[in-house]
Parts: sequence; C-alpha cells; structure tokens
Amino acid sequence: MNLTISTAPHIRCKDSVKMIMRDVLIALLPTTAAGIYLFGLNSALIVAVSVASAVLAEFVWQKLAKRPVRVKDLSAAVTGLIFALNLPPTAPWWMAMIGSAFAIIVVKQLFGGIGDNFLNPALAARALLLASWPARMTQFVLPTYFSGADAVSSATVLSESGLQARYLDMFLGRIPGTIGEVCKVAILIGFAYLLIRRVISWQVPVIILAVVALLSWIFGSDPLTAILSGGVMFGAVFMATDYTTSPMTAKGQIIFAVGIGVIIVLIRKFGSYPEGVTYAILFMNIVTPLIDKYVAPRLYGEVKKHA
Amino acid sequence: MLPKHSFKGGVHPMHAAGAGKSQTKREAVRDLIPDIVAIPMSMHLGASSRPCVQQGEHVKVGQVIGEPVGFLGLPVHASIAGEVIAVEQRIQLGAAPVTCVVIKNDFTDEWIDGIKGYGNVETLEPSVVIPAVKAAGICGLGGASFPTHVKLSVPEGKKCEVIILNGAECETHLTSDHRLMLENPTRVVDGLRAVMRALNVSRGVIAIEDNKPDAIEVMREHIRGREGVELTVVRAKYPQGSEKQLIRTITGHEVPRGGLPIDVGTIVLNVATAAAIADALIDGRPFIDRITTVTGHVKRPSNLRLRIGTMLEAVIGECGGYNDEAAKIIVGGAMTGFCAPDDTISIAKGTGGIIVLNREESEVYEEGPCIRCGRCVDTCPVGLNPYLMKRYCDANDIAEAEKNNVMDCILCGCCSFTCPSRRFLTASFKIAKERIAQARKR
Repeated sequence: MNLTISTAPHIRCKDSVKMIMRDVLIALLPTTAAGIYLFGLNSALIVAVSVASAVLAEFVWQKLAKRPVRVKDLSAAVTGLIFALNLPPTAPWWMAMIGSAFAIIVVKQLFGGIGDNFLNPALAARALLLASWPARMTQFVLPTYFSGADAVSSATVLSESGLQARYLDMFLGRIPGTIGEVCKVAILIGFAYLLIRRVISWQVPVIILAVVALLSWIFGSDPLTAILSGGVMFGAVFMATDYTTSPMTAKGQIIFAVGIGVIIVLIRKFGSYPEGVTYAILFMNIVTPLIDKYVAPRLYGEVKKHA
Repeated sequence: MLPKHSFKGGVHPMHAAGAGKSQTKREAVRDLIPDIVAIPMSMHLGASSRPCVQQGEHVKVGQVIGEPVGFLGLPVHASIAGEVIAVEQRIQLGAAPVTCVVIKNDFTDEWIDGIKGYGNVETLEPSVVIPAVKAAGICGLGGASFPTHVKLSVPEGKKCEVIILNGAECETHLTSDHRLMLENPTRVVDGLRAVMRALNVSRGVIAIEDNKPDAIEVMREHIRGREGVELTVVRAKYPQGSEKQLIRTITGHEVPRGGLPIDVGTIVLNVATAAAIADALIDGRPFIDRITTVTGHVKRPSNLRLRIGTMLEAVIGECGGYNDEAAKIIVGGAMTGFCAPDDTISIAKGTGGIIVLNREESEVYEEGPCIRCGRCVDTCPVGLNPYLMKRYCDANDIAEAEKNNVMDCILCGCCSFTCPSRRFLTASFKIAKERIAQARKR
C-alpha cells in the first residue's frame, strides 16, 4: 500500500486566499459600476489601468526577485481596484499607473509581500499622490451624469427640505468625490455581501461610522452628513477592514476602529485637510502592531481559579 | 430542547448535511470476530505493559497477556482464545515499533475461569470500583487513552463534585459513541452511577451534542429514576468534546492553566469508557473489545464491535473492502487522528474510528503566506495567538513560542482547519510542544 502520512487535521475548510480576494472584488463591483456610470468613461480607464498595472507590477517584481509568483491570489487586483476607486474621476491614466505600481512594489513587496506590509497599499499610494499632485488629486467634479444639476454648495445652512434632498444625493452618489466613494448605496451592497460571505465582521465599519457620527454631532456638525460625505463609508468598509493592516483580535479591532473614527473627525474639524480618512486609517495601520502586542485574547484557565 | 451550551471559538468541520457522520449514524453495531489479533502492549498513555505469555502458549479470552508497569500501568487481556503464535515488534501508529502478542483464533471463544461481576452497580461496595477498573485494563476510550483508574483516584485535599460523561462526539465521521448511546444506554448510565458511588459524587452530567436528537431522547429515558444523573444538550461545535472545553460548557468553570479537571471538582469520562466500566463491574468482564466507526471510502461504512488487536485489513474486509483507491487511512477523527502507515496495524483500546480517504481527499496542501485574517485567533478555543506562535515556530525560536503559550495548545486543529492559506499551524505546535516537553525533562 502506498498511503499518505500527514499530521492532523486531515481536512481543511474550503476558503482560500483567492476566494477571499475574489469576494472582495465582487463586493467592489457595485461601487465600481456606480463610479463608472456616474463619472463616465475616464473612470473606466482609470480602473482598467490601475488594476492592470497592479497585477503587472506584482508579476514583474516577483519574477525579478525570483519569488513565487502569486498574482493568481488576486490580492494585487484588489489593491489596484481599491486604489482606482480612491482617485478623482478626472485623474490622468498615468497617475493611476504610478500609484498602483508604487502600492504594489514599494508598499507591499518591499516589505515582504502579501501579509507583511504594514500600511494599506492603496491608501499609502493615495497619500503619495496627494503629496505629489495635490491639485489633481483634489479636483472633484460633479458626476457627469448630473452635471446639469445645481452646483453643490458646501458649508451653507440648508433648509430642512434641502437637507433631505442632500441626503438622497449623498446616498445615491450625486455629489463630487472619488470614483468609489460617492455612491453609498453601492458601498452598502458590497458591505452586505462581505458580511454574508463572512469575509469581514461588521464591527470595524460600524464602529468607525458610529464614532464619526457621534463626534461630529458633539462638535456641532450634522452626524448623517458626516458619514455620508467624503470617503468615510468607503474607507470603513473596504480599507479599514484590510486583514493585513488591522489588528488580529476582536478587541484590538474595536480600538483600531475607534481610533480611526476619532482621527477622521479631528482632521476634518481641526486639520488643514477637508478630509481625513486616508491619514486616519494609515495612522491606525502603524499603530496596529502595538495593538496586537498588548491586546491578546483571554487565555483559557488564566484568571479564574475555582475554590 | 434545552438551551444550547457552548464555548468560545471552535469550528464546524463537515457539519453540512450528508457529510461525515451521516455515512454511519444509522449503522447498527455488528460484531467482527477476527482470525488473528496482534495486541499491542502499548495502547494507553503510560509505560508499555510487560508481555507475560510466550509463543506456543494457549490463551483464553480475558486472560492477562500483558502486566502493568509503573504508576500509569494497565494490564492487557487476550481478546480471543487461541494459540500465541508470536510475541514480536510490529509497526503501529508511531515511529517506533511496539511489542505485540499475536494470537491465532481457535474460535472456541472460551473465557478464563472465575469471571464474575458484582451484578448491580447500585448495590456494590463503592471501594471495589477503582481496583476493578484497573484490573479490567480500562483507559479513556475517547482517544487520549489515559488510564481511567488514575483519573478516578482523586488526590488528597481535592473533592470531585461532578462527573461529566462525554457523549459530545464532536470529531468528524465518528458515530461509535452515538450508536453506543442508542444501543446500550443502560450500561452508559450504570458506568456513570458506579463512578459516582465510588467517589461519593452526587451529580453526574451526560453531555450530548444537539446533532444527535435520537441519542438524547434514548438517554433521557434511561436516566429517569437514576439518582443524581442529568443530561445536558450541548451545541454541535468542534471541539465541544475536548475535556477542558466541555468542562467550561457544563460547569462554567475553567481548568486552571497547567492544572487538571479535578482542580475544578470535575472528572470527565467518555460514554464508551463508562460502558466499559459497567461491563467490568456488572459482569466482571475485562476490556477486550470496543465499538469503532469504519467509514469513508469503504463499500459498506459500518460501526463494528472489534476485538482489541484486530488488524486493519480484516476490518476493511468486513466493510466490503475499499470502494476507491485508498490514499490515506486515518485512525481516529479527521481533526485529530493519526495516519496509518499500512493496513497491518491493530485496533487499540483508543481507536474510535477508521476513515479511508481517496486520492482527492488526501491532497497534500502547499503552505501559503499568512495574510493576517485573524481566523486562527477567532477559532482558537484556548484563546491563543496561533499566527504569532507559528511565526516563532517557523523562525525556530521555540523559547518565544513558549512565551506565547504554545504549551497551552490542545492541538485541536481548529486554526489549521480554518486557515485560508493552509498553513501548518497545528503541526508546528505539536513539534514545538514535544521539543519543549523534552527540554523540560532534562
């Protein structure tokens, strides 16, 4: 007989890294589709260039570095797509290319590849571009689909009925912003899909949104506007939940999420940037190893001693 | 149904309908009388027994063929009558060969003289229980094979408050305990009562996972009128039947780190162990056979009552042979079982299951990089950081692995099962634990 000998366990669950990444891509589909529908063909070009250059950068790097080629795990595609959705719809294609390649090679591969990067690659690339081409990166336009509508005003006191109409615009994506962040309903569909597939748990996104709403309200802003505007919801659902750059324990993830929420509001309220999601998540990415070091799960039989 | 009791973490391996247990849960237990047995002298946790018969000698069923050695020693009994044709070293599950007494069956099934039990567990003298359990050669039948008389010997200053009978049977594929509870419930309860009386314990809890409603119903009928015996339905979740997890589920207490169940006033016995205790006390019958689930790629998946020492080949033959290429044979369950090197190994006291896997199911996984998804942390029933322990194991930094509590690992396999990168977490921890244990001995 020629029998296989191996150690227990002899069965594995069917989930794989590739399946998880594919689920994230599927969850990003509504958001991507909404972005392209709202902002037009240049968004489609940005998405295509970004995904393609992320995958290509990973492939070329792994070939050159003589490391196992892992592009089939789809993680580079996820990074490329999330990065594209973080760009303004007016961004030129070469910015998408540079950003994606930077995300993959510098942020991800130079630190050891999948699982070893300490920053969210898409967000770090976005931060790089924000610093390099600040004007282009903050050139937001109204969705072309609605460009005939009134220009969106900001910081003006809205009437009650006006506010309700504003909520609907923000919810459906009839506001300026990056390709992926404007259509909240699409983000929520993706969120629901990730929850159903058990790719992520609800805690991190919900806590971030709750903290942002609460703190904004304390500081005198409208809480609903706070979570429906900017990149909070997209960041909370798709970027703060990145496995590699968030804490391992449920308790640690709560601290992480609260930290992100607090920093977003502080930057929005007191910082010189109008939006703080990118830096809030990046900052908490850096804090993650510290959280993991000090927040351990409770060990069985550690504390209680029965008389 | 009672409120569902559970513990933190855990996984659901093969819990889908039609998977694992459903192959055999309706298969009533059949007897297999083998032509030949090779009875290992090392079947329990503790020193190997010393063979006390010689080649050519005729033995009867129940005759002691191996004498206990040391504190954890247990006697071994002939499981069939016939001629001892060899006392030899044979390969079993471990790397080192084991001394086995090989007996050729004369099919007289003649028992040794003087087999006599106490008849009734409710009237016997409590002090006879522990010596009788030892004399019968009983060890834990759930898989760990710890000598039962040692478990029942409560140390000075400790008091046992509750005996838990483990009928969870949380491992994949296995239905031998399930069938036992359905077919022989009285003996299970008798065994529990005997132990309760021996240790003067007023509470006995039978724990059964909620995926066995028929066994729950039968056991519930049979505990009626039995003093101090209750039944708790626990949630079907692996590793519910792990001793420490079950204690937490039933009593709410946790065994202190490095401690024993008796430190929280509990003793946990498998239901099959309880039935064996009842057999030893009521009939005076030493432990010579057990129920084993034989499943997977065999023509007729079965539950068999097997004489200890029956060789795998005969067991598979009784099940109609393989129905596909046998690529891996698991002894035990799929989460914690060991791999048989071939089909000549023997059924031991702790062998609860034989699972035959085909080529496809025996796929050797390639280990991928950790993506820090945190699933190992979520599923660890002990509350460990498996990803971190694994990092230190990979770096060969056993001291750091120890600092990160690798010795608390119960090797349940949940982390490996759930890991989307198919990392060999449990395997690394097993090696690390062995190395640390060795270093501590020195």
